[in-house]
Amino acid sequence: MHWHSLTEFIAMGGRGAYVWSAFGIVALAFVLEPLILFWRRRNDTR
Amino acid sequence: MKTFAAHFSLSAPAANPEAWSELITRPRLCIQGLALLSVVCGLAGLVLGLLFAPASAQMGETYRIVLVHVPASWLSMLLYLIMAVCAADGLLRHNSLAAPMARAMAPTGALMAVLSLGTGALWGLPTWGTWWVWDARLTSMLILLFFYIAFIVLSHAIMDRQGAERVGFLLLLVGVINIPIVHFSVHWWNSLHQGASISLGKPALMSPLMLWGVLLMVLCFTFYAATMTLLRLRTNHALA
Repeated sequence: MHWHSLTEFIAMGGRGAYVWSAFGIVALAFVLEPLILFWRRRNDTR
Repeated sequence: MKTFAAHFSLSAPAANPEAWSELITRPRLCIQGLALLSVVCGLAGLVLGLLFAPASAQMGETYRIVLVHVPASWLSMLLYLIMAVCAADGLLRHNSLAAPMARAMAPTGALMAVLSLGTGALWGLPTWGTWWVWDARLTSMLILLFFYIAFIVLSHAIMDRQGAERVGFLLLLVGVINIPIVHFSVHWWNSLHQGASISLGKPALMSPLMLWGVLLMVLCFTFYAATMTLLRLRTNHALA
């Protein structure tokens, strides 16, 4: 394990804002893309 | 059993209605399997790359963005290449699956290009001091995104279906010139962007743990894109 504490992990050497934003936008995209597809399908087939 | 690959083979004859029904009804299990593989590879890649891999000597912890930046960039190029192969197949052999396949892949490809640029900006800001430069690598990636957007807009804008397909195919084939430019831009021009960290036949310029993390994340993104392509293919077909 590279980290000694959770705080250290979240801080990412002071670059936490950049690192977690990058992972955040990817996570958001991977959740929203299938959701939008499901919504489209539900709304259009009704 | 007719294999899945048989339906997409370049030698597929013109119309193949059977392929349609199989694609729409059969792959429920296939989609779930692909989604599961994506989640498993993603979790393994994140654990390796975020928890165990050491920081980079030059870029510190910021470099962990590589875990999502490289897969997104790679997938944006791979999906475009597959769409261009579909376009060639559609134009030359009138494969009836070519246009639906290309349309099903385009939004995911565009999203990958957006994620590549977005995560790249978040990496560039603390590393280069700027989130954007008009540099060969970044600019050619932006052009790739524009090709995706143009294809999506085109395939929705033209009412005549056959006309829309032909114009879309031509656009895809023109844009494929840009793919080697994206890939080789860091070799051909002086670029702020770093060169390739992973190349075939050369040792990777990163720790083995991070390398495995990145490779697993590439698999995660690839399975994700395959899942989305099949889901969108079904949805588009259901709504057509």
